[in-house]
Amino acid sequence: MLRYTLSRLVSLGLSLVVASLVIFAVIEVIPGDPASFMLGMNAADDTVAALREQLGLNGTLAERYLAWVGGMLLGDFGVSYTYRVPVADLIAARMQVSVPLTVYALVLSTSIAIPVGLIAAARQGKATDLAVMATTQMGVAVPNFWFAMILVLIFAVNLRWFPSGGFPGWDKGVWLNLKALTLPAIALALPQASILARVMRSSVLETLSQDYIRTARAKGLTRTQAVLRHAFRNALIPVLTILGLQFSFLLAGAIIIENVFFLPGLGRLIFQGITQRDLIVVESVVMLLVGAVIVVNFLVDLAYAAVDPRLRARA
Amino acid sequence: MTGRWTLVLGAVLAGVFALAALVSLVWVPVPVETFAVSFKLKPIGTPGFPLGTDHFGRDILSMLMVGARTSIAVAIVAVGIGIAFGVPLGLLAAAQRGGLVDELVMRGNDLVFAFPSLVIAILITAVFGPSATNAILAIGIFNIPVFARVTRGGALSLWTLDYIRAAEVAGKGRARISMEHILPNIANLLIVQGTIQFSLGILAEAGLSYVGLGAQPPIPSWGRMLAEAQTMIVMAPHMAILPGLAIVLTVLGLNLMGDGLRDLLDPRLRRTR
Repeated sequence: MLRYTLSRLVSLGLSLVVASLVIFAVIEVIPGDPASFMLGMNAADDTVAALREQLGLNGTLAERYLAWVGGMLLGDFGVSYTYRVPVADLIAARMQVSVPLTVYALVLSTSIAIPVGLIAAARQGKATDLAVMATTQMGVAVPNFWFAMILVLIFAVNLRWFPSGGFPGWDKGVWLNLKALTLPAIALALPQASILARVMRSSVLETLSQDYIRTARAKGLTRTQAVLRHAFRNALIPVLTILGLQFSFLLAGAIIIENVFFLPGLGRLIFQGITQRDLIVVESVVMLLVGAVIVVNFLVDLAYAAVDPRLRARA
Repeated sequence: MTGRWTLVLGAVLAGVFALAALVSLVWVPVPVETFAVSFKLKPIGTPGFPLGTDHFGRDILSMLMVGARTSIAVAIVAVGIGIAFGVPLGLLAAAQRGGLVDELVMRGNDLVFAFPSLVIAILITAVFGPSATNAILAIGIFNIPVFARVTRGGALSLWTLDYIRAAEVAGKGRARISMEHILPNIANLLIVQGTIQFSLGILAEAGLSYVGLGAQPPIPSWGRMLAEAQTMIVMAPHMAILPGLAIVLTVLGLNLMGDGLRDLLDPRLRRTR
């Protein structure tokens, strides 16, 4: 296990370095330089020069890259040009919305998908299974931001059960905020739950065709008993991998969903950064999101190896 | 449902929108540049505007038809980019297994799995400016490693077969074998993957244009129609419902087509489904 962990750690480090290089390169290839891009076409030369100095754009490429990465490692993400506050503070404030939203959606999607997939597999070919397959086929095709709008139309505008947008802030109490995050979390969770339920179903079916299940059935277990006692745990392994991948879809999805519901999270921050040409904010938030995904996938790899010894042997 | 029926249903659904897009090239009920403000926010079923009008009095049916063109065009070119670069890379990687290209393809894949593609698409369009072309690039770049992986995987399993060995012994070069024997035999795989990437492309284009990073006005796109509908959702819910349905039905059609094709082309997969 130690050897496997070490090899995954090396690849984690490499992925983070490559990701930071890609993001840095994209920002670097902007026509002109970031300072004049941020200030617009009509900026005076000395203003641009002052901003160049402030952003540290006068160094070489390597110096600038190392300063950016080094700063981030120490928790210094630079100072936002438009907000005039440290980007780290902005990110910390926005994470209080984005992280609970992502976790909420992940919990919803998993707690719906796993039982649904299990039931569909246990009743393969029956009406329940067909209904699950048809519903999840639809779920995969629905863009989450459109689903969000439909949810608003039904549950906020017509039924008035939930607010149509905005976020009261955690100091106003947990209940109000959970209510504000419920529709966005459902909108995010639906497509992911559909994918997950399908993976769960085919994974259970795959497991059910194994010899040890036949043995269990031969001992007199019913199909449902065999699914619950033997197939379920083994079928969870591929589901774990998909769950890790879904984290990145949820994060990306949250960027758009936050805009639908006017939630002050990281996604809104990126778009505000883009419209205000605040590249320091955009660059750092993107790196943070990508970094989070890479770290989560690393953790999933470790969990996967802990569950399945064959993987450790292969490393 | 059998593969054949899934395929037919999917093809009909996707075909309707493809046809609408084609027809829109020569004819639309009302030109989308026509702003009939006195007819604004008309509901579904208004004479002359079968699917109603939007807040500028534009005909929603016509907008949907032209929007289909935008979505399909973006997705086709993005899949094209993926195939044009990904397939040769995958073939090369498999032909020189363990070589530099192989390593590059595999690492590129790891990277794509780690990156939330939408985040990078946002970054690209943010830097280069929002436009349909940049949306295509952003979506297309992520298709390259996908096709490279599928091609490589399919090709690797073929390289171990006897008839490929025979072709090698007969003196054919690896490039020629790749083109003459490997490529035709993995075409099925590529068609299925192409359908899947096509539907993902439609969803990605809708997402990007919804947040304003896709096709720019006055070109109608489904995503932007939804963005514009958001503030009107109470007064004119049909403005929000119709473009969304168009996206759902097109993507559903393509997914069904992909499933049906896979079942028909690869009977081994039927068991577990």
